[in-house]
Amino acid sequence: MLLRRVIPCLDVAGGRVVKGTRFVDLRDAGDPAELAARYAAAGADEIVLLDITAAPEGRATLLELVERTARRLFVPLTVGGGVRSTAGMRAVLRAGADKVAVNTAAIADPGLIRRCARVFGRQCVVVAVDVRAVSADGGWEVLARGGRDATGLDAVAWVRRAAGLGAGEILLTSIDRDGTRSGFDLDLLRAVTAVVDVPLIASGGAGTPADMVAAIVEGGADAVLAASVFHRGIHSIASVKAALAAAGVPVRPVEEAA
Amino acid sequence: MTPVRAAVVDHGAGNLVSVRAALEAAGAVVTIASRPSGLAGVSLIVVPGVGASRPAMARLRRSGLDDAIRASLDDGAWYLGICLGLQLLFERSEEDGAELLGLLGGTVRPIVGAPRLPHIGWNAIERRRRHSLLEGIPDGAAAYFVHSFVGVPDDPSVVLAQTEHGGRFPSVVASGRLLGTQFHPERSGSRGLRLLANAVALAGA
Repeated sequence: MLLRRVIPCLDVAGGRVVKGTRFVDLRDAGDPAELAARYAAAGADEIVLLDITAAPEGRATLLELVERTARRLFVPLTVGGGVRSTAGMRAVLRAGADKVAVNTAAIADPGLIRRCARVFGRQCVVVAVDVRAVSADGGWEVLARGGRDATGLDAVAWVRRAAGLGAGEILLTSIDRDGTRSGFDLDLLRAVTAVVDVPLIASGGAGTPADMVAAIVEGGADAVLAASVFHRGIHSIASVKAALAAAGVPVRPVEEAA
Repeated sequence: MTPVRAAVVDHGAGNLVSVRAALEAAGAVVTIASRPSGLAGVSLIVVPGVGASRPAMARLRRSGLDDAIRASLDDGAWYLGICLGLQLLFERSEEDGAELLGLLGGTVRPIVGAPRLPHIGWNAIERRRRHSLLEGIPDGAAAYFVHSFVGVPDDPSVVLAQTEHGGRFPSVVASGRLLGTQFHPERSGSRGLRLLANAVALAGA
């Protein structure tokens, strides 16, 4: 049986891990390679590293940073930010990433998802989707360029399309909840897991171990991603996994960590 | 004791950075081999890889690495196949009809009856047989998998451990100096590093 995953997320800007609230007010949280190795040792099942200023700055992913992190890590590494082509994806994989997340470029060019899946296999193509609740009708809209640009795309429709094009996994972030530690948007998770059968990583709002349990048990997520609760030492990966195990969710014990 | 020399075979579809780093962490001196000369004098040949067997086999044949691997094995080297590298040990693949290295009797087949494919993520390895490759790794330990096909040996006694996804499939195999894991030890935390250290120790003995 596949185990559910707990994934610390490293948002990187200017070569440093940062964390903000609703994608702004960024604060420094340390060196990416250092933090990644520390989280792996503490029981993380995977690390997500997002170069959050690559798309807004219109540049490619920081490959040196990816390689430096990959060398110190013995759990899977997913890298996103600034990948616009199969060539860009190849470079990130060669630098040591196991999976690559595409976001802004895939919105502009959905065929990118299919091309990447065809060349590298869908198992290493993650489509990251940043969404914001639309006040009136309860739906969610997709935003591009790190939450800066409205796209008019409906989140559920876009996720379904991305999965159809070859996404091997969806990393779904609620911008409304990002950094707020107020709990995941369970309605959003349920709406998305109802329409796609590729694995879903829930992101945005993790505040307590109980939130992580709810995202998996009630939201149907395969993995929970969190940043600020781990960076600020509010909760440990061990305490999250203990809560998941107590709720009957199969997890990898932290004693097996790297 | 001189450190064990390991060569990671580059056939174009493996995460070389992480395999190399993990083998180094396991105590080996590691080189990347994209030509037959890269296998000279090594005691452990590591064949990593994710993806389809046909392009990987084509690349091994074109570079002459397939014959070089056979020659090194004749000279006493050990083989550790990871994921696709394990599958390449068998005779043929039902995935694309590819003829494989044929060092181990058996066939590569699709996973059937699984709730979700590809099989990606952490899953338990259930011990079938004692073997020094699995020393220090408890029964039921989790390992990281990324695949849709599995190698099925003709001789079931070479299966050291199995994993359940849909049905049960062989996840660790050993036959003489041929070793293989369907999961990625380089991405399986401390248990994976232990397995790599065990493989390095076997090759250095």
